[in-house]
Amino acid sequence: MRLVVVLAVLMGVSGIPDVTISPPTASADTSAHPNSIPETADESEQIKARTEEGAEEDVMATGELNPNHYPATRAAQVVQHYLNTRYGSPFRLIGVQTVHSGNAEDVADSGRKYQLELSVNDIISNTTRTCSAELFFPKGKGQQPPEVNASCEELLKIDIKVQEEALYQKYKTNQTLMSAQYLPDSHGHIEPDMKPFWHLGILASSFIMLNESTENTLYNMAQVANITQLTTEEDQLEFDCHTLLHEMVSQEIIHWKMLFTWSPAEGVKVLQMKRLPHRHEREKSPKTN
Amino acid sequence: MYFLCNRAQYDYYKYHPMSEITGWMEQMVKDHPDVVTVVKYGKTYESRDISLLKIGLNTGKEKKAIWMDCGIHAREWIAPAFCQYFVREILQTYKTDAKMEEMMKNVDFYVTPVLNIDGYIYTWENETTRLWRKNRSPGPKNCSCYGTDLNRNFDANWGTVGVSFNCCSNTYPGTQPASEPEAKAVTDFVGSRKDIFLCFLTIHSYGQLILVPYGHPNYTAPNYDELMMVGKGAAEAIWKVHGMDYTVGASPDVLYANSGSSRDWARMQGIPLTFTFELRDNGTYSFELPEDQIQPTCEEAYSGALHIITYAHDKTFSGAVANAAVTLWSILLAAGVTGATLM
Repeated sequence: MRLVVVLAVLMGVSGIPDVTISPPTASADTSAHPNSIPETADESEQIKARTEEGAEEDVMATGELNPNHYPATRAAQVVQHYLNTRYGSPFRLIGVQTVHSGNAEDVADSGRKYQLELSVNDIISNTTRTCSAELFFPKGKGQQPPEVNASCEELLKIDIKVQEEALYQKYKTNQTLMSAQYLPDSHGHIEPDMKPFWHLGILASSFIMLNESTENTLYNMAQVANITQLTTEEDQLEFDCHTLLHEMVSQEIIHWKMLFTWSPAEGVKVLQMKRLPHRHEREKSPKTN
Repeated sequence: MYFLCNRAQYDYYKYHPMSEITGWMEQMVKDHPDVVTVVKYGKTYESRDISLLKIGLNTGKEKKAIWMDCGIHAREWIAPAFCQYFVREILQTYKTDAKMEEMMKNVDFYVTPVLNIDGYIYTWENETTRLWRKNRSPGPKNCSCYGTDLNRNFDANWGTVGVSFNCCSNTYPGTQPASEPEAKAVTDFVGSRKDIFLCFLTIHSYGQLILVPYGHPNYTAPNYDELMMVGKGAAEAIWKVHGMDYTVGASPDVLYANSGSSRDWARMQGIPLTFTFELRDNGTYSFELPEDQIQPTCEEAYSGALHIITYAHDKTFSGAVANAAVTLWSILLAAGVTGATLM
């Protein structure tokens, strides 16, 4: 008899369209997010506003950082740019893979200091390395570049000397100077023998991206618009380069022109860099430099 | 690149100009007339029709719905590629996959492959226009620049954070909420049917993120915990496909504060599950994702989107309850047959 009752109840239950096997509801764990307010019974869709702090100003994250949140990930990106300026090559390109932990603190009135543990990826050889980094973002008038110190285990382990030497020799002795445009092109394509120049564009851009970075920016290189080899008496190869940087927070594309050299012995050295005004800025003032 | 008329030859792993996407939409209707219709729901600034594909089995009743839009930002080419892939995938699998067939019966999918059509066409003009983001409406008087950021133009804390009122800026939110015809088309269409939508997905690139509402740092969705749980489930589903990490969180936590986004607007309408997908990559190729990454990106994103859609569907259609009841019934029957006691 009891069995029949149970089955009858079940049959009744399955006929009700809005009964659900519940995944945990919002009310089950309101402590998960500091700003959340429990869902009210009337399912009001009004925004629940935080009432404690009225101020809208950007309170800088201090103390232990959530490695998935932007303060840590932006700082990690700065470390990436630093590592590329120091250790990058046409055959070694470094990208952030994961931030493991981070810490931030104010330093008197002079700026903010970060400490990060992260893993980076050598994009070309697809190997991962762990790194420790310290960053200092100075406060004060005008744009001052951050100071970065980072060390990674065995970053230089993979031997790229042979490839670097081959590239260097090829373009030291070529009859015509190389020139390439739009790396990658609109469809994301780069000719295989142009890839080292795309990498060089990224490395040279890394000096700019490092210099320009703050806690409120996130830079990536969007495209090499043009890279042209120049004649030079020096040992190094010399290039004129126009790159497009993407700044994530403002979503702007920023144009930079650079003069830089490269050799296996010296790596990338930026001789000159100049920010180009955006097209619309140029339209407004008819006089050009 | 020439347009291939036969659906079987449409290359889902290449980027297509707008004319080919429009042709493809018409072809989808021709190939699946019983489940696919084109719905025109607005016009762009340059007077082009904004269309979506409405996909679902016809039951003659008003059905619940899933919304997906791609290409709010012109330069994010991988997004329209994903919308096309998604349509192809659901049309292919519902005939053999019982779960997808059930979902097609219970819900309609409303998929807009390209919302910012004028902007998308502009990015195909030449190499110098490839990184355009906004729509192509002219700026206000005294402004020498074009375009409004459509994802700052929706009526959701409009104009408060993450915007610049410099009309030349890439985050210019427009002259007022829904001032732009592309945004208004969405708010008119979805707004007049908001009670049917279980789920609202808006697809972007790049960054490998799944963003939950709200973009304003002082506001939290009442179902934040649910959104995070479902989002993390989606990220796990994505990871299982090709090992790519997607970070889940509210925009002000994992990316930046912003306002006027379509996702926030949809959540404020009461649509419970609203997410922004930021697809590959992490900055190496940024907006110019190589075509050889279209397939893996679409495969993983499909897995993630399907996780959310399935959750939204099952929450409403008690498929889980019915299954549990059937299981228990079978157990009890078996117990009865064998004479075993349950107590």
